[in-house]
Amino acid sequence: MAETIINTPSAEKPPRYLALKRYLPSMTKIVAGLPAMGKNLGITLASMLLFLLVWQLSSSYLYGVEAESRIQRVLEEQGPAEAAKMEACIASGDVSCKPNTLPSPSEVLNAGQLLLADHFVISADKAAFVEKTAAVNAQRKAAGQAAITYTGRPSFVDQIMTSLKTVAVGFLIALFIAVPIGVLIGLNENLRVAFNWFVQVFKPVSPVVWLLLVFMIVKTLTLGSDSDTSFLISAVSVGLCSMWATLVNTSLGVSSVNQDYINVARVLKLGIVKKIFKVILPSAIPLIFTGLRITVSVAWMVLIAIELLAQSPGLGSFVWEEFQNGANDSNAKIIIAMFVIGFIGFLLDRMMYFVQRTVSFT
Amino acid sequence: MSTNPAPNLRNVMLNMQDLTKVYPTPNGDYVVLDNLQLQVMKEEFVSIIGHSGCGKTTLLTMIAGLNEISGGKILLNEFPISGPGPDRGVIFQSPSLLPWMTTLQNVMLGVKQVFPQASKKELNEICQYYLDKVGLGNALHKKATELSQGMQQRVGIARAFALRPKILLLDEPFGMLDSLTRAELQDVLLEIWDKEKITAIQITHDVDEAIFLADRIIMMTSGPRAQIGDILNIDFSRPRTRKDILNDPDYYHYRKHLIDFLEH
Ligand SMILES: Nc1ncnc2c1ncn2[C@@H]1O[C@H](COP(=O)(O)OP(=O)(O)OP(=O)(O)O)[C@@H](O)[C@H]1O
Ligand SMILES: [Mg+2]
Repeated sequence: MAETIINTPSAEKPPRYLALKRYLPSMTKIVAGLPAMGKNLGITLASMLLFLLVWQLSSSYLYGVEAESRIQRVLEEQGPAEAAKMEACIASGDVSCKPNTLPSPSEVLNAGQLLLADHFVISADKAAFVEKTAAVNAQRKAAGQAAITYTGRPSFVDQIMTSLKTVAVGFLIALFIAVPIGVLIGLNENLRVAFNWFVQVFKPVSPVVWLLLVFMIVKTLTLGSDSDTSFLISAVSVGLCSMWATLVNTSLGVSSVNQDYINVARVLKLGIVKKIFKVILPSAIPLIFTGLRITVSVAWMVLIAIELLAQSPGLGSFVWEEFQNGANDSNAKIIIAMFVIGFIGFLLDRMMYFVQRTVSFT
Repeated sequence: MSTNPAPNLRNVMLNMQDLTKVYPTPNGDYVVLDNLQLQVMKEEFVSIIGHSGCGKTTLLTMIAGLNEISGGKILLNEFPISGPGPDRGVIFQSPSLLPWMTTLQNVMLGVKQVFPQASKKELNEICQYYLDKVGLGNALHKKATELSQGMQQRVGIARAFALRPKILLLDEPFGMLDSLTRAELQDVLLEIWDKEKITAIQITHDVDEAIFLADRIIMMTSGPRAQIGDILNIDFSRPRTRKDILNDPDYYHYRKHLIDFLEH
């Protein structure tokens, strides 16, 4: 009946590594879950195969349509001889007359390998440049001059890194604006009313409009300086677009703390600071992190559109340049970018999910 | 038996005079308590029993300062209370532990507040002492969510006593527990209380619990405008054990008295 621990000497604090173990699934749980996991994996793989098949079929269908119309056009404009030549050219797979349409999976894979190879070439180039200019830069630094920096074309991986950096900065901006304001308006009923229209009206505004607004402001603020503001503009716009979920969730979490906890704080006569940090914020943490998780995924989603418009470097401008470029493997590169964007978004969400689970106490 | 003993004012810890509570509702005011008079002596354990909705929780939360007084006054040591404070420890019906804190941190939060001058070591000793008393001496670093309901309520008891309050307010503290755990916790509560003798007011629905714990049982009439219907003195000597009380013929008289009142 009684809990067996009664009147035994007091236990020491458990070591840290044991505390960590709490977050990892136990071995027996993993083993018990294996059959279900295997089944799910099988279904996932099968659906991926199906996806590739549909993709392959539709791309070859579209290829056929495109090739047909091309031959038809040559036939009408230049006669049967040229048309036959065109047909032969298309059949040979020559890049000069390749139909421009949805690329097939293998083409996309190829483009991916090319992009990776390109990245290694550019990295090597960059390393060589750094080595070459090391001595000069040291001199320039000593003389108080700015160092010479690499200005070559960024590789695909560089673009990804830039995008991640933009999203990280945008996320931090959202965090530092939305959480404090959310806490304030969560604490005070009047402030909540005052902010309500503001949130309701600005929350649904499209990323593009935010970008233009930020552009107007930043342009004026940085008047006269010739530094590159496009990164700043896109990061701030990403922050402003994505912060609303955090703002709303934080204020909800703070304003809906369990009345029992509030009563505990009142009985103990906790001061306002202690009340906020020991009772209200911890209790709101799960909702705050739910908001942050939404913020990260929104930030990543709007980032591409914003980079594209702001012409700041990153995946967005990569996609846009490839689209305008119209080289024979541009379409394949765009599809690669699409997969990379999706996959990174997925990883970011998993990451936030893990953090969210770690900090919530229920 | 139902007369209020003439109170020697020096021994009165808590004095409710003409206490009235009105809840405004859409259909007009709802008078829960109407000119209620009640004195609780120093070192007295009082149980309040009454039908659901008669206003027991309302009365207790007003004493705790968590609920506004509509009329009359509540004097604690002859001074009117204003707002909540740690001089009135509350043990809530649900344990209300802060789930992101450990057992120790939950108790420490209040102890730090009440003894701001104490050293870290002294604070720890106070918490440890009361957690030992409720049998949780070796669960100091368990998160509140890892404890069973019964263990959580043990922490609730330790938390309230550790504040060294003038008065202890308990609102059906064991109502959510199964009967075995409830009996255990009654023993735990009584054991600490016998040592500390902190004036206590406990609401309960359980007639046996009231007889086992209380010096005096206040029976409230059903609302609205609830009044004190009857008062029963329980003259068992302390410290009490469940066995002795069950063997005492008075026990059955008390029990009959209470049940007759509740079923009248
Ligand atoms: N905030 C409120 N506003 C309006 N009416 C209320 C409010 N709180 C309680 N009441 C009403 O006052 C009456 C007394 O409530 P109270 O919670 O004090 O009863 P109780 O005796 O503790 O009941 P129980 O035994 O079920 O806990 C009830 O009829 C309830 O509906
Ligand atoms: Mg009640």
